[in-house]
Amino acid sequence: MVDYFKNDLESLHQALVNKDLSSEELVKSTFEKIETIDPKIEAFLALNKDQALAKAQELDQKGIPTDNVLAGIPIGIKDNIVTKGLTTTAASKMLANFKPIYNATVMDKLDQVDMINVGKLNMDEFAMGGSTETSAFKLTKNAWDQTKVPGGSSGGSAAAVASGQILAALGSDTGGSIRQPAAYNGIVGLKPTYGRVSRYGLIAFASSLDQIGPLTRTVKDNALVLNAIAGHDKHDFTSSSKEVPNFAAGLDGNIKGLKIALPKEYLGAGVDQEVKDAILKVAKTFESLGATVEEVSLPHSKYGVPVYYIIASSEASSNLQRFDGIRYGFRASDVKNLEDVYVRSRSEGFGDEVKRRIMLGTFSLSAGTYDAFFKKAAQVRTLICQDFANVFSKYDLIMGPTAPTTAFGLGEDIDDPVTMYMNDILTIPVNLAGLPGMSLPAGFAKGLPVGLQLIGPQFAENMLYKAGYAFEQATDFHKAVPTIGGQN
Amino acid sequence: MNFETTIGLEVHVEMKTKSKAFSPAPVQYGSEQNTNTNVIDWGYPGVLPEVNKGALEYGMRAALALNCEITKDIHFDRKNYFYPDNPKAYQITQAQTPIGTNGWLEIELEDGTKKKIGIEEMHVEEDAGKNTHNPDGYSYVDLNRQGTPLIEIVSKPDIASPDEAYAYLTRLRQIIQFTGVSDVKMEEGSMRADVNISVRPIGSDKFGTKTEMKNLNSFEHVRKGLEYEAKRQQQVLLAGGKVQQETRRFDENTGETVLMRVKEGASDYRYFPEPDLPPIHISDDWIDEVKASIPEMPDKRRSRYVKEWGLSDYDASVLTQTLEMSDFYNETVADGADPKLAANWLMVEVNAYLNANKLELKQTALTPAHLAGMIKLIQDETISSKIAKKVFKEIITNDTDPKAFVEAKGMVQLSDPAKLQPIIDEVLDNNEQSIEDFKNGKDRAVGFLVGQIMQKTRGKANPKVVNKLLMASLKER
Repeated sequence: MVDYFKNDLESLHQALVNKDLSSEELVKSTFEKIETIDPKIEAFLALNKDQALAKAQELDQKGIPTDNVLAGIPIGIKDNIVTKGLTTTAASKMLANFKPIYNATVMDKLDQVDMINVGKLNMDEFAMGGSTETSAFKLTKNAWDQTKVPGGSSGGSAAAVASGQILAALGSDTGGSIRQPAAYNGIVGLKPTYGRVSRYGLIAFASSLDQIGPLTRTVKDNALVLNAIAGHDKHDFTSSSKEVPNFAAGLDGNIKGLKIALPKEYLGAGVDQEVKDAILKVAKTFESLGATVEEVSLPHSKYGVPVYYIIASSEASSNLQRFDGIRYGFRASDVKNLEDVYVRSRSEGFGDEVKRRIMLGTFSLSAGTYDAFFKKAAQVRTLICQDFANVFSKYDLIMGPTAPTTAFGLGEDIDDPVTMYMNDILTIPVNLAGLPGMSLPAGFAKGLPVGLQLIGPQFAENMLYKAGYAFEQATDFHKAVPTIGGQN
Repeated sequence: MNFETTIGLEVHVEMKTKSKAFSPAPVQYGSEQNTNTNVIDWGYPGVLPEVNKGALEYGMRAALALNCEITKDIHFDRKNYFYPDNPKAYQITQAQTPIGTNGWLEIELEDGTKKKIGIEEMHVEEDAGKNTHNPDGYSYVDLNRQGTPLIEIVSKPDIASPDEAYAYLTRLRQIIQFTGVSDVKMEEGSMRADVNISVRPIGSDKFGTKTEMKNLNSFEHVRKGLEYEAKRQQQVLLAGGKVQQETRRFDENTGETVLMRVKEGASDYRYFPEPDLPPIHISDDWIDEVKASIPEMPDKRRSRYVKEWGLSDYDASVLTQTLEMSDFYNETVADGADPKLAANWLMVEVNAYLNANKLELKQTALTPAHLAGMIKLIQDETISSKIAKKVFKEIITNDTDPKAFVEAKGMVQLSDPAKLQPIIDEVLDNNEQSIEDFKNGKDRAVGFLVGQIMQKTRGKANPKVVNKLLMASLKER
């Protein structure tokens, strides 16, 4: 069986090219892994066995081209990305039996480079949550400690990669939903610049914040997957027509002279001492590599959480109105009239967290409250953007922790939404400003992974990868592997 | 007490773009249900709107034709409400940045007076689908219309009577039609009018409470509904009552308006900027480009007809009422017909035929080339006006070349004196009495003789030539 802990994309590619391994063997072996490991992790919602095997056999016939490192490599997909013919639920009862008739743009792009979709991954319902516990279907566990949450909302994507079931997954990040679960599971997760990756076919949570990105075990693997999915899409008017560089180029470990900013707010109250210690050690490592690290301030970042919950919930309240029980998805039974179809289908089809945010958003957009809530939040959002612009006028990158703590226990925070919301305090401002942000392994606190967050100016993913790669090469954190159910 | 009336009109016009406002699905009237749709129109999970640049330009074109200022930085907004014909549960519209503001058009009342009516704003938005409620107890949704680009045109409270409202709609339809942006057909729903009306005692500085009527399906209904409503409101006030803010329906059968629902506060549509579509900047160059694409407007054509082609102002205004008629006229003249003759034929014979048969010009077989061909035969005296009426009947019902028809039927005028003289001589020989009468000063005798000649030639003799030859022969006798 293929060991994903001992391989990366390039080594697997080499094995496929050398015919040490066939694509079919790789796919079969991946499904075997999922069958042994996933009962303990519960990351997958649906498997794509038939299509995946057919594609692998087709590739074996064709042969793996030497210049396409991604050909024949299995990948897992967060379940809010629509996959033609394969059930896509967004982890909601509302879409429990929904089989899309079209592909998200990222799926077409993965298809073009012959990556193989092996299945759909669990998440918080409609990506609303930070622990994957609001999923209507499964409780996914942290790869490092199965009594802990995997983070969220892309908890299934992060746990599946961290537990060695797959080498790469796609997630989506609206307020930290790629980076925080990557941090909790000790892997690499990147939220690209807003507009870098097409959102067409991503079931919208908050349109002005959502972005699809890769989760992998190494920085280079992450860059290689982003290469495949980035770029302008005529179906997404918010996607950028900026040229897409080769993100995997220039990863040479040399970051001499790089100017890194460390916002004092990112080491403030609410951040665990052990997390702070790990991040301060990271700063030392960067300095030892020839970079400078200086303290800066992002004075408006403290408003990030309330601003985010108003804007994201407002957009969500509108985006989720299409789930009305009329054309697809769940419809309540024994309905009497049109209003009954709407009210009962939505009341029964959505979970509590989704309904909470729909109500919050509906309220924020209402005629009497719009100015005090939505409009004010939009104004503060501009101030948060300006904070970042000020810092980036003097620095290349911002560093800090990804989350204030390591993974918390299953069931611990689910009943306290405000504590849960505060978990995203360090990731949210990045979405509000549309910046690229990456989480990568930065050590451990009481046996659980700590995530380092790197934030760059718009479209500076290359810089994040370069710095992340240098840090990764200088440390061994990414080499650590979890023991799952007592074995690895 | 004397009252003054204030009327506001919100007119929706469907654009005739090839594809929808925010999806590449085709725009086509009368297709089988739900065939002109795709995942975007269905509001599928994950889909995003795609701006149709053409729809935006059509919006700009209409705005410029209505003398609006173009808003340079626009964005779209979402108007949220649940209804099965509205699959996303929001309509993409322009609530905050309408593409045009502060425009005007000039109406002309039946007595010839002219008045400027202001246009508050006009914006581009998407149409909804259509629900039908069947006797089988189910409601059916057809999303063909969903996403069709619309322009909504909102008038300023300048309209002071039902007649002015009628004139405003007529003028608006004419202008929009000439821009080429829409077919503006009430019966196909490509033009729809919502009206509101209030009355107040003359001199009052506050507007009265207004009532609304939605989806009136003809200009005449607009006029009648407003007339009824103005009277009703006055009677309510005169009786010491208060007009309620409400939506009423015009009943075509009784000519009355009927209460539909009382408005209790405005609906909350939770408008907010559409996050799926980035703001758009409209540059001066772009505006100039669109300006250059606007076809000749009716007023310009009207004055050109007067100045260059010598028509009366009245004739010129009739011929520019619709784009179809005006284009037809232009082409007929371009095909060589005398402008005055062509105008006469179109206004008299063609219009009479259309009215009698309840047809539109394009539903007949008549083409500008054939009409011009016939007029040219009149001009060069190949046929008489009398014969022309027979030719006209043929070319408006069949795709027949007038010249070939005239030749085949032997309708060509007899103008050759050598052939006409013997006939004239024969007629004179047989009518001694008439020659006598003529010599005694009875002019009627000439008419009788011409009639005889015409009879002998079965109407083909050229009357001018006959007259000349006949007078000469009479003098010789």
